[in-house]
Order: sequence, then structure tokens, then C-alpha cells
Amino acid sequence: MDTTPLTLLTIVCEAILKERLLGELTKAGAKGHTLTECEGSGSRHRRVSETLGANIKLETIVSPGVAEQLLNTLTHDYFPRFAIIAYLSPVSVVRGDKYI
Amino acid sequence: MWDVLQVNLASPLALAFVLGIVSRLLKSELSLPRDLYASLSIYLLLALGLKGGVELSQTSLNALFWPAVVTVGLGLFTPVSAYLVLRRLGRFPIADAAGIAAHYGSVSAVTFIAAQQFVQTMNQPAEGFLPTLLTLLEIPGIQLALAIGAVQMARERAAQHAGQSAAEAPRPMAEVLHEVLTSRSMILMVGGLIIGCLMGEQGYEPVKPFFEGMFKGALTLFLLEMGLAAGARLGDLKSVGLFLLGFGMILPVLHGGLGVLLGHWSGLSIGGAAVLGTMAASASYIAAPPAVRMTLPEANPTYYLTAALAITFPFNIVLGIPLYYQMATLLAAH
Repeated sequence: MDTTPLTLLTIVCEAILKERLLGELTKAGAKGHTLTECEGSGSRHRRVSETLGANIKLETIVSPGVAEQLLNTLTHDYFPRFAIIAYLSPVSVVRGDKYI
Repeated sequence: MWDVLQVNLASPLALAFVLGIVSRLLKSELSLPRDLYASLSIYLLLALGLKGGVELSQTSLNALFWPAVVTVGLGLFTPVSAYLVLRRLGRFPIADAAGIAAHYGSVSAVTFIAAQQFVQTMNQPAEGFLPTLLTLLEIPGIQLALAIGAVQMARERAAQHAGQSAAEAPRPMAEVLHEVLTSRSMILMVGGLIIGCLMGEQGYEPVKPFFEGMFKGALTLFLLEMGLAAGARLGDLKSVGLFLLGFGMILPVLHGGLGVLLGHWSGLSIGGAAVLGTMAASASYIAAPPAVRMTLPEANPTYYLTAALAITFPFNIVLGIPLYYQMATLLAAH
């Protein structure tokens, strides 16, 4: 089958950042996302809202350029202060033009 | 004082709270589902707003004027005093001091409700318009402390200057104000007040059994959850230090005393002055933490959450409320 190589950006962070990060995705040009509530632990396991839930996992499939741009934003504005991690994985998708 | 304290300690509210803490200490697997917690807080806040609104519709502007003035005054004073104490005496960094001050400037609705129930038990019910005062006190507190924090941080950054990441844009204050004004508790309380005011006693009658009959039961359940939440933070007490521990108990007494005094001067009843004092003494832990986290991310959440939830909240629920009530009684006797 005809597939296109793209980049999957996965962000796991405190739930309170949801709206802000969705804004960043749109701004960078991501065409969609998948959001999951999740739990976990790490070096900064302390959450401010009992009602928002602990963490969210935000996944988006984008072009390598957009992924890099988003990682730059995260590195500059988010990593120093918030409980957040992010990683890239190579993926192959059908209908590649849907994502870029 | 002892008999007043005894009444409070034997109330289902305080006991449910203690049960929550104890079950956490015993490492019980008990926990309230998150959705139930959210539903209970919606129910409590709306019920509080509705009841307050109905009472407000029967209140004259004259009776409300001076209490409202002193409440706004308290709202402007408490975050500043908390900030200065933390900065000057506690030597906390700007962000931490402002973050904690935002919590102490704002109000804990549950502490307020518990105080209202307590003065009712003592046959000294507070004026019906106190929920209106609660909303007046909630807004300026968080706002002012966050503004102080943002301004001081900017100044400090400018002074250090040399740094690399100087080009950081602070979060616009309008955004923070929007967040505070549209928070769940504000919408439910202010919305409830308006609905209550519009519908009056007659409109309230059909929904009264639901919103009033079940109120204390729901509150008991909510306090159980608060006990669990506070219990979970007890372990953090070790890491916050003795200063914050003392701060979390002494500052409420000072703020509470001031609130009682101002309430008394503005013409409130014993119950009203005690509840206003409790409001001034309490520290928010629902509205303030997310606002602080977003606006002052440099502030360490362990400090403000532990202080508000594991120190000041239990202190007020168990000792503070009877103490402010006693202060109000003594003042009225003079």
C-alpha cells in the first residue's frame, strides 16, 4: 500500500495545559490531534487541580518541520516550568496529505 | 471556648473530614470518584448561590453597603499582607510568595459554608447576604496577588538583565481576570445569586427540598473527600518547613480577627462577623491553584497546595471557626 512517512509527536503533560497546547498545535499548523487522559509519575509529580484529572497525552501526526517547530516552542516555553515530556516517533500513514 | 470547640468537633462535618484524613493515614483504598467530587462541588456552590440570592432579594441596599465596603477592603489587604510576610519574614522567592498570597487572598467556599453551618448550630445565623460578600472577596484577592507577582518578577528579571531568556512575555492580566471571573465557582455562585434574586422566595419553594434538604448531607460527603485530599498532602508537611506551618495557622488568626472586627464595625451580627472573619482567614484551593499554576509557573505547587489544603483548611475547620465565633461574641458583648 502507498504510505507516506510522517512524524508522530506525543506530548504527556499536566492536564491544566490542555487549552494552551491545543492552541500551540493549531498555531503551528497541525491538522488534528488525539487526546487521552492518563496517569503516571515522574520527576515533577504534583498536580494543582483535583477536578481536571492528572495528566493528558496529546498525539498529533505532522510533517517533520512542524514537529520540530513545536518541539522548539515546548523547549522554550514549557519544559522549564511545567510537568511535561514530549517525544517524536516516525510513522507511516496512508492518505498522507490529510496531515500536512 | 471549650464548649464551642466541642460543638464543632462533634459536628458531622468535622468528623467526616477527620475520617478522610485517618483513612488516608491508614492507607485505605477509599477514594471518591472524580465525577462525584465535581458534581458535589457544583451542587454545593449553586445551592449556596441560590439561597444567597433569595435572601439578597429581601435585603435593603443600606444593610449591604458597609459590609460590602469592608469586604472589598479585606480583599485588597489580605493578599498584600500575606505577600509581605512571606517575602520579608519567610524570605520566599517572589513567585512562591505571590503564589501563596493568591491563595490566602482568596476564599475557600467550603470553609465559608462550614462556618455558616456552625453559626447556625450556635443559634446565631449569619445575614443572608453573606454569599454576596463571598463573591466580592474572591475576585480581588487572587488578582492582586498575581499582579504583584507578575510585576515583581518582571522587575527582578529586568534587574538581572544579563540573562538569556529575557524575552519572555508575561501572561496578559486580562486573561487571568477572565479565568478567575469565568471559573466554575464564580459562574455557579454569581449565577446562583442572580437566579435566586430573580425568582425570590416563591420561585425557590419547589427546588428548596433538593437544594436545602440535602445540603448538609452533600457537604458531609464533600468534607470526607476534602479530608482524603488533605491527608494525601500531609506527607508534604515535612518538605515545606516550619515557617510555612506557622504561617498557615497564625496568618488565618490575624486575618480572621481583622475580618471579625471589621464585620462587627460594619454592623454585622455575631454570626455574620464570625463568618466574614472565617472568609478572610480561609485560603482558596479550588479557584486559586490553577490560576497560579498558569500565571506564575515558577511558584512551587507543593508550597501553596500544602499550605492551603493541609495546614490552613484543617486548622480553620477544627479550631479557626469556633475561635472567630468566640471573637465575635466577645466583641458584641462590649
